[in-house]
Amino acid sequence: MGPPPARSFRRGLAAWMERHPRLRLLLLLGLPLGALVLIYFGSLAILFLNAFWQRDTFTGLVQRDFTLENFLDLARPVFITVTLRTLVMAAAVTLTCAAIAFPISYYMARVASPRVRGAMVVAVLMPLWASYLIKIYSWKLILSEDGVLNWALSPFGLKGPGFGEVGLWLVFTYLWLPYMILPLFAGLERIPSSVLEASADLGARTWTTFRRVILPLAIPALVAGSIFTFSLTLGDYITPGQIASGRQFIGNLILADFGVPNLPLAAAEALVPLAIIITYLVIARRLGAFDAL
Amino acid sequence: MRYDRAVMGRGRIGRLGLLVATIAVLIFMYLPLSLVIAYAFNKSGTQTWPPTGFTLEWVNAALNNRGLKDAFMTSVGIALGATFVAMILGSLAAMGVARHRFFGRDTVSFLLVLPISLPGVVTGMALSTTFATTDLPLGVMAIIVGHATFCVVLVYNNVIARLRRVSGTLEEASADLGADSFQTFRFVTFPQMRTAILAGALLAFALSFDEIIVTFFVAGGVKTLPIWIFQSFRLANQVALVNVAGLAAILLSVIPVYIATRLTSDSSTVGRT
Repeated sequence: MGPPPARSFRRGLAAWMERHPRLRLLLLLGLPLGALVLIYFGSLAILFLNAFWQRDTFTGLVQRDFTLENFLDLARPVFITVTLRTLVMAAAVTLTCAAIAFPISYYMARVASPRVRGAMVVAVLMPLWASYLIKIYSWKLILSEDGVLNWALSPFGLKGPGFGEVGLWLVFTYLWLPYMILPLFAGLERIPSSVLEASADLGARTWTTFRRVILPLAIPALVAGSIFTFSLTLGDYITPGQIASGRQFIGNLILADFGVPNLPLAAAEALVPLAIIITYLVIARRLGAFDAL
Repeated sequence: MRYDRAVMGRGRIGRLGLLVATIAVLIFMYLPLSLVIAYAFNKSGTQTWPPTGFTLEWVNAALNNRGLKDAFMTSVGIALGATFVAMILGSLAAMGVARHRFFGRDTVSFLLVLPISLPGVVTGMALSTTFATTDLPLGVMAIIVGHATFCVVLVYNNVIARLRRVSGTLEEASADLGADSFQTFRFVTFPQMRTAILAGALLAFALSFDEIIVTFFVAGGVKTLPIWIFQSFRLANQVALVNVAGLAAILLSVIPVYIATRLTSDSSTVGRT
């Protein structure tokens, strides 16, 4: 009596797959990559296609006639101003996040004991995941006229920034800060102590060691963090609407045109942040930022 | 002595400065969140600072609010669905990439990370346009599909990190001892992956539960908890409930993440079944 047939069938199948590793690979990757390409990249392609079509001015519906007009519309002053404003905001938020993240990341990576380090990683992770909307909402409470900030500053005769671009800069910095701390911490943790000691042995002071050894070695990690701060700022339409409703940013503008409805124009506009982030990702990959993620 | 001072954070002053800055950053990160929690129990039910007293009235009101409860349950259901899809697709992709060598291997990670790293407004609009073009309905299923596209990478990253750490030698030993590849998966590979899959799944749940930027485009009238909160921003008579909903939203994203970090910090994965 041999083994039951079901089992031998399974064995046979296993052996056959063992002999055909390519096929096994296809079975493993086929479903996830197939779904991703079909749904995600397919959707991006459909959006891209819409940018070449026209909009019926009366119904607002898409007419499938080829045009390049939507791309010419990108050159209009409003769009350029809004894009530049968003880029300046993203850059300011990225720099602020990096400056704030450096001391805490350094402390976590190189000063704290392993136990404290573990606790601090959790302490940084939790606000990152805590409800995004509620974080915005909490800043509405802080920045409002009779909110906490004005209450705390009034004894000094000062006032908070209120709702506007400065407030938005603060809120974005708050929202994306953990995304900068975590890769930076991982990057600083990887610097071998011997390198820092060598720098000191060669006579470098703290500041020189920081500028010429630590900072260059932390670049991939900073770039990795900045992918998040940049992409999240460019793709956000809720935070600007809530904190700086008088000012348009690229996310709001795209959403507004989508809602007109003018899908072809919104699609063409969406290609701008998309192109910026993809370029950014490709450069980041060259700089080794993906190993730092 | 000389390099003690030169290496940042080793000198006494440098160290103190770092500690102060670190604590300041932690306070900056936690103060706004604790504010919402404080308001959830604020007697006056308005947003004026300081709070006037402690009450459970709003928690009670939130528990009895039909719209809020429905939104909460919808979000839990969607997050479970998206997590399930992400768990399967992410694990499959991680096993494929970790245990095979092939052309374009690095590209797979790059492709999987794209949905989470491209601007949310673009992803949302692309998915919404696609559903409209293909005449597929918006709603719960559309949200699950949308969330799954960017949740996959969370499971994938966790599982692939684990598979890279536990080398393939145990699997080879299993094969040498006569196990076929299904037995090796069941008794060797899967037990090693299990906690990593779970950790990735918890992160996926937290992300999906919290998502609004993409959800907004594909919801088609379905109210998730974030959409309910967002719409209540404008309603003055619901501010007290928003605080409680916020408390719930914070807990349901923070607790899974806390468990996930516990699961992955445990490095002794080999030898436990």
